[in-house]
Amino acid sequence: MKTIANLPEIYMTQTKAGPDIAAGRLPEDAYAENFSDLHPLLDQHEAQVEADRCYFCYDAPCMQACPTSIDIPQFIRQISTGNPTGAAKTIFAQNILGGMCARVCPTETLCEEVCVREVAEGKPVKIGQLQRYSTDHFMSEFSSTPFTRAAETGKKIAVVGAGPAGLSCAHRLAVHGHNVTLFDAREKAGGLNEYGIASYKSVDDFAAKEVDFILSIGGIDVRTGMRLGSNLDLATLRAEYDAVFLGIGLGGVNALGLEGEDKSGAIDAVDYIADLRQAKDLSELPVGRRIVVIGGGMTAVDIAVQTKLLGAEEVTIAYRRGQDRMNASEYEQQLAQTSGVRIMTWAQPKGLVGENGAITAIELERTQDQDGALTGTGEVITLPADMVFKAVGQTLVQTELGDALTLERGRIVVDADRKTSLADVWAGGDCVQGGEDLTVAAVEDGKIAAESINAALTA
Amino acid sequence: MADLRTDFIGIKSPNPFWLASAPPTDKEYNVVRAFKAGWGGVVWKTLGEDPPVVNVNGPRYGAIHGKDRQLIGLNNIELITDRPLEVNLREIKQVKRDWPDRALVVSLMVPCEEQNWIDILKRVEETGADGVELNFGCPHGMSERGMGSAVGQVPEYIEMVTRWVKQHSRMPCIVKLTPNITDVRKPAQAAKAGGADAVSLINTINSIMGVDLDIMSPSPAVDGKGAHGGYCGPAVKPIALNMVAEIARDPATHGLPISGIGGVTTWRDAAEFMALGAGSVQVCTAAMTYGFRVVEDMIEGLSDWMDTKGYTSVDQFVGSAVPNVSDWQYLNLNYIAKAKIDQDQCIECGRCHIACEDTSHQAITNMVDGVRKFEVIDEECVGCNLCVNVCPIEGCITMESMAAGSIDPRTKKPVEKDYANWTTHPNNPMAVTEAAE
Ligand SMILES: Cc1cc2nc3c(=O)[nH]c(=O)nc-3n(C[C@H](O)[C@H](O)[C@H](O)COP(=O)(O)OP(=O)(O)OC[C@H]3O[C@@H](n4cnc5c(N)ncnc54)[C@H](O)[C@@H]3O)c2cc1C
Ligand SMILES: Cc1cc2nc3c(=O)[nH]c(=O)nc-3n(C[C@H](O)[C@H](O)[C@H](O)COP(=O)(O)O)c2cc1C
Ligand code: SF4
Ligand code: SF4
Ligand code: SF4
Repeated sequence: MKTIANLPEIYMTQTKAGPDIAAGRLPEDAYAENFSDLHPLLDQHEAQVEADRCYFCYDAPCMQACPTSIDIPQFIRQISTGNPTGAAKTIFAQNILGGMCARVCPTETLCEEVCVREVAEGKPVKIGQLQRYSTDHFMSEFSSTPFTRAAETGKKIAVVGAGPAGLSCAHRLAVHGHNVTLFDAREKAGGLNEYGIASYKSVDDFAAKEVDFILSIGGIDVRTGMRLGSNLDLATLRAEYDAVFLGIGLGGVNALGLEGEDKSGAIDAVDYIADLRQAKDLSELPVGRRIVVIGGGMTAVDIAVQTKLLGAEEVTIAYRRGQDRMNASEYEQQLAQTSGVRIMTWAQPKGLVGENGAITAIELERTQDQDGALTGTGEVITLPADMVFKAVGQTLVQTELGDALTLERGRIVVDADRKTSLADVWAGGDCVQGGEDLTVAAVEDGKIAAESINAALTA
Repeated sequence: MADLRTDFIGIKSPNPFWLASAPPTDKEYNVVRAFKAGWGGVVWKTLGEDPPVVNVNGPRYGAIHGKDRQLIGLNNIELITDRPLEVNLREIKQVKRDWPDRALVVSLMVPCEEQNWIDILKRVEETGADGVELNFGCPHGMSERGMGSAVGQVPEYIEMVTRWVKQHSRMPCIVKLTPNITDVRKPAQAAKAGGADAVSLINTINSIMGVDLDIMSPSPAVDGKGAHGGYCGPAVKPIALNMVAEIARDPATHGLPISGIGGVTTWRDAAEFMALGAGSVQVCTAAMTYGFRVVEDMIEGLSDWMDTKGYTSVDQFVGSAVPNVSDWQYLNLNYIAKAKIDQDQCIECGRCHIACEDTSHQAITNMVDGVRKFEVIDEECVGCNLCVNVCPIEGCITMESMAAGSIDPRTKKPVEKDYANWTTHPNNPMAVTEAAE
């Protein structure tokens, strides 16, 4: 696995002639504008008008579509009655990361897709933005979560991975009075909220603020720089703690399997995004003039849009099937296109062209669907590229787990309670089999696991 | 295009839409703007004796709002005109001269002494105004001084003052009634007995719009205190319609011309008042909310509707609904209706289900064969219309009447074809039985 630490080196190897990779492509003030909030916080009037549109449905379809089952009609009603604090409590009761979910959920394929006003008029109630309105209100008014811890149980639980799954699990366990040690390999807690989510979805260091908010419950001891597989191991954790929850996400990245992938300029999208998210000054982040992104999911769109916003001139997403098969939602695809990103479909990577150890172009082969099977047509197009981003999926780093757990298709197998094949180990989020690879799904996994752990430990 | 010209107790106007006595009619400036916008007439803001009254200098209006801050109810603590009598009379005279085709009625309120009425009537007559309206309705401020609704709540006073007015003036006289009474027929009868040419109603309803929970005072507050005010606007229309209908169908006042007031906002509201017997309508809140331009669609809409119905003049439908205003006891108990949901229009919000399930007759499903679906269970539906009212999609749920002879799935009995009401129902201890000895 490539760590972020060696990324700057890649940029440094771009030298002399060759590829056009440079920082500061835009005027100083353009960065702040480009990376500002995608959907600014609704003001009170906007929230009121929007909340008034909700019909307070019975057994509401939106609520059924929310992976964390937030009582949406209830919280929207609370906004409309002038009780945004109560609205936030309703949200946090089901989803302690309601603030981040409000920003990153692809609502167009979740709650808002099934809103009856989407059905009726094609204009759903803006559930995500209302959710943000109330959670932001709460977090600016109160410094701690609306929960009080139950009496200490004396039970100790190790939660490995401080992403959405781990944070959600840790918080719920702490509420039940257990003591949690939250380990994470990285320097900061937050997981992809901190290192992965597109920056215009989570501005003003929100991920870190939300982590502090969650930890305010007490009873959670955060230990960063602790990596399972190097300075931590599962067997020891199982011996020392009453239960273990694994929420380690997907630390590995799929390769394209092409010759020349080791050349500089062929970069893992998630690594570059992590750099971008951590950059103190975006004008110092080098970006290519011509970019090609391989992939069709959320990560592909995010890297494409963000490099465009950094000043890349030509950004192309190359996807091997039709647009309707892309994992990125229709809304995300539109966002890419309105940001000036070209989406090229039916094209798969064939080879990387380089000079002096650096990439200068990518060869793409045209593809077609032959009775359901994807085949190359033999026609090859060469696109000049200063940077080629790999966004073809992440993988679980299995070696870190040891061999005690049952895995399937590269992910940890869990039951409905998020219990693994080991009686005292639970898991959730991106690292488990059958997940949806969404922040909100990871939060739900953590919540369910915490309830199951609590039940097991207090039985 | 239908003829909207109106002749109300001899007062002619190009259409039945008058502005009610209130701020929109307090000055020549406003009234001229209103006439330019197309209003058929005005009742000038109530005149009193000099020295003029004074108004509070803080907020005088409060409101309640529906979704998206639609104003649905307004309340005020304004008094009658606070301008000198002379100024008002001069302007009235000028306006009537400049706008001879419009109705110009002058609203009056002076203390209950015959001489005071004689004096003011004389001066109004000199302006050439078309008539007077006696303000026996204002429920705040003036009533504390023995005027307004303090008179309107005592039928004997109404009759007495009305008689003075008819005795001392040739002008047509409209008596404006207060709704702050238990039986509106009594003041209407008194007005008729006193010789009134017409009644107008309703004036505003006693109300407190809300409480400011920070300062613990009725809102809006004037320096920390609030007084009850008069309530008007769309929210009062149902109360006004009922009162108009009561007077229209009371044998003692049947045929007495009525000017309908209270929440008229659209042409349809106006048509409804007229169908219940109003020969003209008066409007205040709609104009105060949206400006005078609202009259354009009132005129256009009423005229278009009349065309589609084949009415060529307004008196062809004024009062048409009165014969169908009934007492409960005469409603047909053999009429059976069932709700019906149009599945194509249904957006599956579930509101009909939960309303019926929680509070009524458990007659709407939320699941059919494991799928979210809202269907009426005819075996349980009593035809109450609650679901129709809570459904956000107009026309999605309808009430379908059952044909005579068919079997009501709820009672398992055939639907009777004959009309039968409570007065003869076997469960009525006072039932009139044919076989009575
Ligand atoms: C670029 C990108 C954009 C995305 N955008 C969206 C979006 O807009 N909306 C959305 O809903 N979802 C989005 N997702 C998906 C979403 O971020 C994930 O589904 C979610 O973060 C999963 O949460 P998690 O807790 O399972 O894992 P992660 O967020 O990945 O957190 C795992 C944590 O475990 C730590 N860790 C890893 N290995 C170890 C180890 N061996 N020992 C100790 N700690 C370890 C990591 O440092 C990390 O902090 C995006 C994903 C990516 C990659
Ligand atoms: C601010 C205000 C002042 C009013 N002043 C008077 C008045 O001086 N004389 C009067 O007869 N009615 C007065 N009214 C009552 C109106 O004429 C009318 O009867 C009432 O508002 C109901 O009509 P609406 O629902 O169209 O507003 C006033 C109403 C308002 C809102
Ligand atoms: S958490 Fe996400 S899916 Fe659930 S209600 Fe909020 S925005 Fe919608
Ligand atoms: S489906 Fe839409 S209208 Fe119904 S409760 Fe949910 S947000 Fe409100
Ligand atoms: S209230 Fe109307 S729209 Fe909603 S479920 Fe019932 S019938 Fe359908």
